[in-house]
Amino acid sequence: MRHLLFGNLGYDALPFYSAIATGAASVVVLGALAVLGFVTWIKGWKSLWIDWLTSVDHKRIGIMYVVVSFVMLARAVVEAAVMRSQQAVAYNNPGFIPPEHFAQLFTTHGTIMIFFMAMPFLIGIYNFAMPLQIGARDVSFPAMNSISLGLTSAGAVLMMISLCIGKFSTGGWTGYPPYTELSFSPGVGVDYWIWALTLSSIGNTMTGINFAVTIYKKRAPGMTLFRMPLFAWTALCISILMIFAMPPLTVATLMLAMDRYLGMHFFTNELGGNMMNYINMFWLFGHPEVYILILPAFGVYSETIATFSNKRLYGYTSLVWATISIAVLSFTVWLHHFFTMGQDGNVNAIFGIATMLIAIPTGVKVYDWLLTMVRGRIRISVPMLYACAFMVLFVVGGATGVMLANPGFDYQVHNTLFLVAHFHNMLIPGLLFGMLSAYHYWFPKAFGFRLHEGWGRIIFGCWVGGFILAFMPLYIVGALGMPRRSQEFFEAVYRPYLWVALCGALLVLCALASMVIQLWTSIRDRQSLAVPAGDPWNGRTLEWSIAAPPPEYNFALIPQIDSVDAFHQAKKQHTAWRAPEHYYDIELPSNTPVGFVCCVASGVFGFALTWHVWWAVLLGAGVFFGAIITRSFNRDTFRIIPAAEIRETEERWLLTLRESPAIANDAMFTTANRGLVREPV
Amino acid sequence: MNDDHAAERRQELHGYIIGLVSAILLSAIPFAGVMLGLLSPAALIWVIAVAGLVQVIVHFRFFLHIDLSRSHRDDLQLILFSLLIVVLMVGGTLWVLTNQRHMMG
Ligand code: HEM
Ligand SMILES: [Cu+2]
Repeated sequence: MRHLLFGNLGYDALPFYSAIATGAASVVVLGALAVLGFVTWIKGWKSLWIDWLTSVDHKRIGIMYVVVSFVMLARAVVEAAVMRSQQAVAYNNPGFIPPEHFAQLFTTHGTIMIFFMAMPFLIGIYNFAMPLQIGARDVSFPAMNSISLGLTSAGAVLMMISLCIGKFSTGGWTGYPPYTELSFSPGVGVDYWIWALTLSSIGNTMTGINFAVTIYKKRAPGMTLFRMPLFAWTALCISILMIFAMPPLTVATLMLAMDRYLGMHFFTNELGGNMMNYINMFWLFGHPEVYILILPAFGVYSETIATFSNKRLYGYTSLVWATISIAVLSFTVWLHHFFTMGQDGNVNAIFGIATMLIAIPTGVKVYDWLLTMVRGRIRISVPMLYACAFMVLFVVGGATGVMLANPGFDYQVHNTLFLVAHFHNMLIPGLLFGMLSAYHYWFPKAFGFRLHEGWGRIIFGCWVGGFILAFMPLYIVGALGMPRRSQEFFEAVYRPYLWVALCGALLVLCALASMVIQLWTSIRDRQSLAVPAGDPWNGRTLEWSIAAPPPEYNFALIPQIDSVDAFHQAKKQHTAWRAPEHYYDIELPSNTPVGFVCCVASGVFGFALTWHVWWAVLLGAGVFFGAIITRSFNRDTFRIIPAAEIRETEERWLLTLRESPAIANDAMFTTANRGLVREPV
Repeated sequence: MNDDHAAERRQELHGYIIGLVSAILLSAIPFAGVMLGLLSPAALIWVIAVAGLVQVIVHFRFFLHIDLSRSHRDDLQLILFSLLIVVLMVGGTLWVLTNQRHMMG
C-alpha cells in the first residue's frame, strides 16, 4: 500500500546523511520560501500570474529563461568552488568531500552548466532580441514558446529537488552506460538525470522549430535573409542545429530509461547490448551542442563590436557563410569525443582532419571582428571589454582544440584536466562572456534603464581574472597527467597549480556576488540610469528603434527594410523615428496558462517516474496532454489592441524622444544618457 | 467564387484521399510480407525498405504538399538539407559502429 502511494520514496531520501547535503538542501528550501514570501510581501501574485507565468510575450518569456539561468548559474558556480576547494586539499588526503559526493558534484555542475545555465541563457536572449531584430511582433508559435519554457523549467526544478530528496547521478554530465545502467547505478540519481535532460531536450527541440519558423516566416518586408543582423543569422543556424541535434539526445536518454525501467538491453554489457551506440548518439548531439552554445556568443559579439566601433560589421557575407559552414561541419566531427574508444586509425584520422577544418571558418570570424574594430570609433563599454577578452582567450582555447583534434595527442591527454581546461576555455569566453555581454547590452532595452557601469567593469575583471587563474594551471596539471574527476591525488607536483585554480574559483565567486550587487544598485538608481528614448548605445539594428522597455506589440508599424543596418542608415539620413500618419489595430496572442500547466505536469511526471510513483506518472502525463488538447480547441487565442491606444502610447514615447538630449558618444556611460546618442561626424 | 472554392476543396480532399489510401497500402504490404512469409528474408527486407521510402515520398507529396514547383523551393531546400544531415548521422553511425565491431572481432 505504502509503495502504491509513495513508490520508492521514504524518509531515508531526506538529506540528513551529511552536513554538506543538509546545508545545500536547506539553502534550496529557504531560497524557495524567501521567493514565495517576497512575492506575497509585495502582493505580487496576481501580477506574477498575469504578466509573467501566463504571458506568451516573447520578451517576457525570454526574461524568464534568463532568470532560470541565473539561479542555476549560482548553484553550479558554488559547486565548482566546492570541487576546487576539495582538490586544493586532496593531496594524500580524503579532504572533506567523500568520493560519491564529489562525483555528484561534477555531474550536477556539468549537467546544470550545459542544460540549465547555458541553454536557457542563450534561448532567453534570442527570445528577447531576435524577434525585435527581424521586425516581428512575436515568434511564430507563442503558446509553444511558453510550453518550451515550461519543460526546461520543469527540468531545472527536478535538478533542484534532487538536492533535497534522494541523491543525484554520479555518472558525469555524459551519463555513459554501462555504468549508468541499473546493475551499476541502482539508485534514483540516474533517473533524475534522465528525466531532467529529457524534458529540457524536448523543450529545446520545440524552441529550435519555433525560432526557425519565425525567421523564415516573420521577417519584416524587405528584410531578405542577407539583410538580417548577424545575431539573427546565428539564431537561424542554432535553431537548425537544435532541430537535428536534440533528438539524438532525447532518443539516447529514453533508450537508457527503457533499459532501466523495462529491462531492455540497448546499452548493457550482456544480451547484445552495445554501449558504444549510446556514446555515439550522445556525441551526435554533443558536438553540435557545443556550437549551439558558441554561435550565439559569436552573434552577440558581431552586434556589440559593430555597435561600439560605430562601424558596419566588416565582411558581413563572409561572417554569414562562416556561420553556416560551422553549423554544417559540426555534424561531421562528433567522433573526436571518443578517439580512444576502439575504432581504427583511419576513422580517427578522418574525423581529426574534419575537426581541424572547423578552425578555418572560426579564424575568418576572428579576423572579421578585428577588422571591424580597425579605424572604428571604439568605445570601451562592458560588452566591448568582454569581446576583447573573448578574442584573445578564445584563440588560446581554439589552439588547444586543434591540438586535441590530433588523435595521437588526444591519446595522451584525454580524460585529464587538460581537456577540462580546453572546454572551459571555449565555454567561458565563448558562451558565458557572450551571454553576460548580451545581458549588459540588452538590459536597458528590456527594462528601460542601464546596468551600473562601474560594477559591470568589476564583474568583468573578476570573471576574466577568475577564469584565467582557474583554468590556465589546469592545462599544465593536465599535461602532467592529472586525471579529471579526481577526488584525491597522490602527486605533490599538482598541488601549487590547484591552489592557484582555487584562487580563480574564489574570484569567480566574487564575480557572482558583484552581479547581485550590480543588479541591486541598478534597480535602486533606475531613475538616473533610465533610457526611455530607447537607443542608449547608438544601435544599428531594429530593436533600438523602439521605446525602452518596448511596448508589448513591439512595432506600431512593421518597418520596411532596404539594407543591412537599416535603422542606422535611417538615423544618418534623419529619417528615423518618424511618427506614422496612421495607426492600425494590432492583433496579439492572448495569455494562456497552458505553459505553466505543462511545466507543473511534466515536473510531476519526471519526479514520479524517478521514484516509481505510478499513479502520479499517469496523472502528470494525463494533465500534460489534456492541457495541450484542450488548448487546441480554443479558437479565441488572439486579442486586439485598438489603434487609439497604440497612438497614445507611441505619441507619448515620441514626445519623450524629442525631449531627450542627444548626447555625444563619450557621454554614453554617464547619467546624461537618456537613450539618444548623436551620430558622430 | 463559391464554386471555385468548393472545387478547390474537392481537389484538396481528393489529394488527401489518394495520400491516405496509398499510405495504408504501403503499410499493408510490409505487414503482409512478414505475416504471409512468401518471400525470402533478403527479398523481404528490400520490399520493406522500398515501401518505406515510397511512403516518405507519399507523405511529402500529399500531406505536406511539397513538390518541385518554384513556390516550394524553400521547403525543398530544407528537405534536402535534412536528408544531408540524416545521411551524415545514420551513415556515420553505421560506419563507426561496424568499424568498432570489426576491431573487436
Ligand atoms: C565559473 C567557473 C567554473 C569553474 C571554476 C568550473 C570548475 C569545474 C570543475 C572543478 C570541474 C570538474 C573537473 C574535474 O573533472 O576534475 C568542472 C567540470 C565541468 N564543467 Fe565547469 N567550471 C566553471 C564553469 C563552467 C561553465 C560555464 C560550463 C559550461 C557552460 C562548465 C561545464 C563543465 C562541464 C561540462 C564539466 C564536466 C563535468 C563532468 O566531468 O561530467 N563549467 N568544472
Ligand atoms: Cu566536439
